[in-house]
Amino acid sequence: MRLPPWTGVLSRSIAAILGGYLLASLVAACCALGLALPRAEAVMTGAMLAFAIHAGAVVYVFAVRSAWRAWAGLALPAALLGGLLWLLQSGGAA
Amino acid sequence: MKPGFRQSMAWLHTWSGLLVGWVLFAVFLTGTAAYLRPEISLWMRPELEVTRPGPDIAPRLMEAMARIAPGSQSWTIGMPTARDPVARVFWRDPQAPNRRGFRDAALHPVTGEVLTARATRGGEFFYRFHFDLHYMSPIVARWIVSVCAMFMLVAIISGIVTHRRIFADFFTFRPGKGQRSWLDGHAVAAVLALPYHLMITYTGLVTLMFLTMPWGAQLAYKGDRAAMNADIFGNAPVTRPAGRPAPLVEIGPLVEEAARRWEGGSVGRIAVQNPGDARATIQLVRQDSERISFNPQSLLFDGTTGVLISATGEAALPAAETRGVMYGLHVGRFAGPLLRGLFLLSGLAGSVMVATGCVLWAVRTRQQAEKRGRVGFGTRLVEHLNIAAIAGLPVAMATFFWANRLLPAQMEGRAEWEIHLFFAAWGLCLLHPLLRSGRRAWVEQLGLGALLFALLPLLNFAITRRHLGVTLAEGDWIRAGFDLGLLALGAALGAVALLVAQHGRTRPGTRCRAAAPLATAEAAE
Repeated sequence: MRLPPWTGVLSRSIAAILGGYLLASLVAACCALGLALPRAEAVMTGAMLAFAIHAGAVVYVFAVRSAWRAWAGLALPAALLGGLLWLLQSGGAA
Repeated sequence: MKPGFRQSMAWLHTWSGLLVGWVLFAVFLTGTAAYLRPEISLWMRPELEVTRPGPDIAPRLMEAMARIAPGSQSWTIGMPTARDPVARVFWRDPQAPNRRGFRDAALHPVTGEVLTARATRGGEFFYRFHFDLHYMSPIVARWIVSVCAMFMLVAIISGIVTHRRIFADFFTFRPGKGQRSWLDGHAVAAVLALPYHLMITYTGLVTLMFLTMPWGAQLAYKGDRAAMNADIFGNAPVTRPAGRPAPLVEIGPLVEEAARRWEGGSVGRIAVQNPGDARATIQLVRQDSERISFNPQSLLFDGTTGVLISATGEAALPAAETRGVMYGLHVGRFAGPLLRGLFLLSGLAGSVMVATGCVLWAVRTRQQAEKRGRVGFGTRLVEHLNIAAIAGLPVAMATFFWANRLLPAQMEGRAEWEIHLFFAAWGLCLLHPLLRSGRRAWVEQLGLGALLFALLPLLNFAITRRHLGVTLAEGDWIRAGFDLGLLALGAALGAVALLVAQHGRTRPGTRCRAAAPLATAEAAE
């Protein structure tokens, strides 16, 4: 089945805005918990980095060949970071 | 969407820019005006004398606060400077009708007497509007502005990719060639100040990052806001009064100690908690114009003994300093007159970049639509909004200044009415293109903005004592400079209005067609 072109644009826009934000948030959270820096330093490093990650994710989403690939390209690092965050949090609790 | 990296980036550039272009233009232009916040505030209060701040002003101001706010739990004193030569003070008063339990006043920079001036938000309005907007919750507004700034960041990055001939195009301007000229103008405004545009957009996002990207802080501090505020902002913990009266220590030696520790730096702000109580504290914060970094250096003293309790900002760690420098670059308070002038020009270039980008979209789409023989609703909507957002905002800003001069000084809710009239004028500019053809609406609104700005200095001759004849003779450079700036702004708007008007007369469509092959070449690039 061939979808009309606007669905691809819509799908990519959602991936860019929400997916990109999620990825950026994961980077910020992993930095905040994972960097071997004083707490405030780690938090701010992550937050300042997050906007560059988000912008990069948006460019990526609109540069790749298909919307599917865009989603996959966001999901893979997001899953890795999510796993890392889970480890960091359970490690922090222990 | 088209295949190919540069094509998809061109698409992304167009749409990320256009969708939020109108908000971005307003944020850019009012944010640029915010560089002149103290100057605008002074110009809008013509009653205030410009006096050089006295040498021993801190004790005078502390005495004044004891007089005007005796029972208050906290005082904050903004010290007078050369740019803003009155002391701005505010203090806690639970009975205050508005401003969330605070009252404020302006004090004389030598005697500490309370100064009376017309009620106005002054330059503060533009500063606040550029991230808090108006008539809405500031949190919602900051989210809106942050999202728009993120679109802007994407538009800048994809614009750079699209535009590989950056250096060559810097020297390319082909006026009077329809769409081609808009494209050149857009590229020149963008490239001329490209580092500034990137800087101001990214640092703008960083100033609001604890709102928009709070997840790291929430996980690391587990919701302990007090610990986070102390760690990151160096906020002094709030102390409760002991209930035992005790006199405040002399402020003079504390100010001297601050100057010693800051190697000659001066105090910008004095914050006193529980004055007159045994648990009083006095915090001295360094003048923020003395360093690029916005991480405030501050000293906290015991308010009754004068013993130093703690110092912040003396050895900021790398991330904190990075954030401080980003914040400082964004607000630009460190900049001296020359650099501030460059910031101002760069901010104007940014506004022009956004405006020409929006216009370019409309011009290009209309050409394509006219070839097909049908101009769609979307094109007409963008054309309409372009006029109201771009030509209408200067009209609204000028109206704000006119309201400042013409509303009665004693009027109830005067400061708010200046702002209501700003939005009323802008609203009329939104309706006006319904009655006029596109080009006439542009010319009329630009022309009206030009007249309103250029006539303001003349209005000053008519109704205030602070007109150019007096300010130039007295050496009141802030107000004289502002009046001259208004004239320049009026002339610039007038020139644009004339250009648009002439262009409409000399171009019945032939040039438009001549430019078309170039346009397709550009689109294919």
